[in-house]
Amino acid sequence: MTMTPVPGSIDDTLALLKAADYVADRPLATVLYLALKMQRPLFLEGEAGVGKTEIAKVLAAGLNRKLIRLQCYEGLDVSTAVYEWNYPAQMVEIRIAEAAGQTDRSELASDIFSERFLVKRPVLEALEPDLAGPPVLLIDELDRADEAFEAFLLEVLSDSQVTIPEIGTIRADAPPIVIITTNRTREIHDALKRRCLYHWVDYPSAERELDIVHLKVPGAGAALAQEVVAFVQALRAQEDLFKAPGVAETLDWATALCELDQIALDPATVADTLGVLLKYQDDIARVQASELTKLLDQTKTKTAAKL
Amino acid sequence: MIATETADPGGKLVDNVVHFARLLRSAGMPVGPARVVDAVQAVEAAGISRRDDFYWTLHATLVSRREHDVVFQEAFEQFWRPRGLLEKMIELMSPVAPPRDTEPKAKAGSLRVAQALNAGRERTSETERPEIEIDARQTVSGSEVLQQKDFAQMSADEIAAAKVALRSLVLPLDTVKTRRFVPAGRGRRIDMRRSIRQSLRGGGQSMTLAFKKRAEVAPPIVALFDISGSMSPYSRLLLHFLHALGERRRVTTFLFGTRLTNVTRQLRMKDPDEALAACAGSVEDWSGGTRIAAALKDFNKKWSRRVMHGGPIVLLVTDGLERESDEDLAHEMDRLHRSCRRLVWLNPLLRYDRFEAKARGIRAMLPHVDEFRSIHSLDTIADLVEALGRDGSTAETDPRKWIRAA
Repeated sequence: MTMTPVPGSIDDTLALLKAADYVADRPLATVLYLALKMQRPLFLEGEAGVGKTEIAKVLAAGLNRKLIRLQCYEGLDVSTAVYEWNYPAQMVEIRIAEAAGQTDRSELASDIFSERFLVKRPVLEALEPDLAGPPVLLIDELDRADEAFEAFLLEVLSDSQVTIPEIGTIRADAPPIVIITTNRTREIHDALKRRCLYHWVDYPSAERELDIVHLKVPGAGAALAQEVVAFVQALRAQEDLFKAPGVAETLDWATALCELDQIALDPATVADTLGVLLKYQDDIARVQASELTKLLDQTKTKTAAKL
Repeated sequence: MIATETADPGGKLVDNVVHFARLLRSAGMPVGPARVVDAVQAVEAAGISRRDDFYWTLHATLVSRREHDVVFQEAFEQFWRPRGLLEKMIELMSPVAPPRDTEPKAKAGSLRVAQALNAGRERTSETERPEIEIDARQTVSGSEVLQQKDFAQMSADEIAAAKVALRSLVLPLDTVKTRRFVPAGRGRRIDMRRSIRQSLRGGGQSMTLAFKKRAEVAPPIVALFDISGSMSPYSRLLLHFLHALGERRRVTTFLFGTRLTNVTRQLRMKDPDEALAACAGSVEDWSGGTRIAAALKDFNKKWSRRVMHGGPIVLLVTDGLERESDEDLAHEMDRLHRSCRRLVWLNPLLRYDRFEAKARGIRAMLPHVDEFRSIHSLDTIADLVEALGRDGSTAETDPRKWIRAA
């Protein structure tokens, strides 16, 4: 298997994402290109559902690399994220050594704590050489892990290496492509951010969102797609929504309306399917109570002008 | 010849990026030398061919928070645009460009930006923080008196004494279990790694079990301080208390009057007086009016998802005298209550013996708090410390008592 080279320019990066069905804007392509070129981790921050995780998946697919995913959660520690010793096997080994009459302690210790008994977890796995090229390591929703966990990542992020006290330092020949995502439910420490390139993934513009809907929900007609995007954009422009719908919600909604054989938006269907777009009862109640017809009218006039 | 021509703008480019980084730093962005090196490398990697690419290249390396986006944009426009510097760079860096002898005047531009920045700095320093005016009627004060004295009626000396007393308070030792493990002498969970290492020390002959237990941390505190006119003396002293509290646990502090300001970074300074001065410098509405509902809404929307992790205790310090819509206030209080472990409302109005929950704002807020306590003297702060150390509210501080009474 030959290694797919990383893109050589920002335009190439844009083309790579496009080929893998990801509609990216130029700022994102720039920062992605730089991350690949400078071999630095990429730190993606943004609201839920704007396609942060998808970037890593698309990158792995586009470059033909293995995708290693580390989903973060509170209490995540070294033994689940980096490495773990295989205790049962170690205990058996000790018994065998005992039975064989081996008495040299230091020899036994170096036997027991050797790579043979090391269980590799995602981070260590990502440092292993791969025929297809360095893998893509996706550290997803880092803000879900507690602060203590961030410190485990510093070494691997800055030097692509992991130090195991019993063995020593394991270093990657070629650094993996690291993508970190967070929803900003808390601030990540500056020490970690400093080692990465930072990018805020924003909601897409109407134009780009329409492209995304066309690409991902081909079943939706041109008129429906226009209206869906215009409606969602109008919703996002509302100041007092607690959580604005993300791109993922737009796609879900477009798919839902397709399944219902809708060719255009009508108030009744919108009211019934609002739960696909908005996930807070307050928001749903607010939109249903007063603003639904107003929003729909806006949407209709806007799309009529375009068509 | 050509080599020197291309090398020269490279050197200028480095200079300019460094200058630009310095500008960002003086505008309050944390741009260290390592980032500047990154930025130069990034520009070299991406090349300069388009303005927006150059913009995003610098953005990727120099910006690490969304809030700095605007600052960066402003600085970029100011620094690179007026002199046409970037255009010249693009021309010089592209291989076919004819050599030019017009040198970008780095000095004049950076001077102008520096002047603009300095002007801004002078303006902020002019707005001095208002002094607390207290009539020093009381001349003798024993510590007993001090303990029970209302903060708002203290003389300057008494305030100084109160600050010392606040620093020497024994801080609460409440902890919650985390999902992380630490070694323990005894317990029910076996720490295999330590057990095996210990057994190897003895040649693997015998195995003594090592144990681990759940780690415990002090739960974080999120404090929301009303700094309107009547509240300001209380808030100032409580900030000292919070500063002390911040040494042991994560404390996030917001001040609100007519708008909400996050002063967590400022409070992190080692010296409490410096920290307070920094707070005062960054907040414009000390001792102004208050809009509780608007401030809470702002907090819920912009900050709660960012600072309310780890099950925090929320300390809300306000008199609850809101003149605007009550419905919004109840709604926002409800949301705040639902996103924290415990919501403690500290209200100095409770110092009056005949206080009743009659005001509409107070009635709207009371159903959504876990504890309702006074906070007007050192004694009440000591009570708060004790209350933080245990769980749940007592009959004394149960908000329902006040609702029933009213």
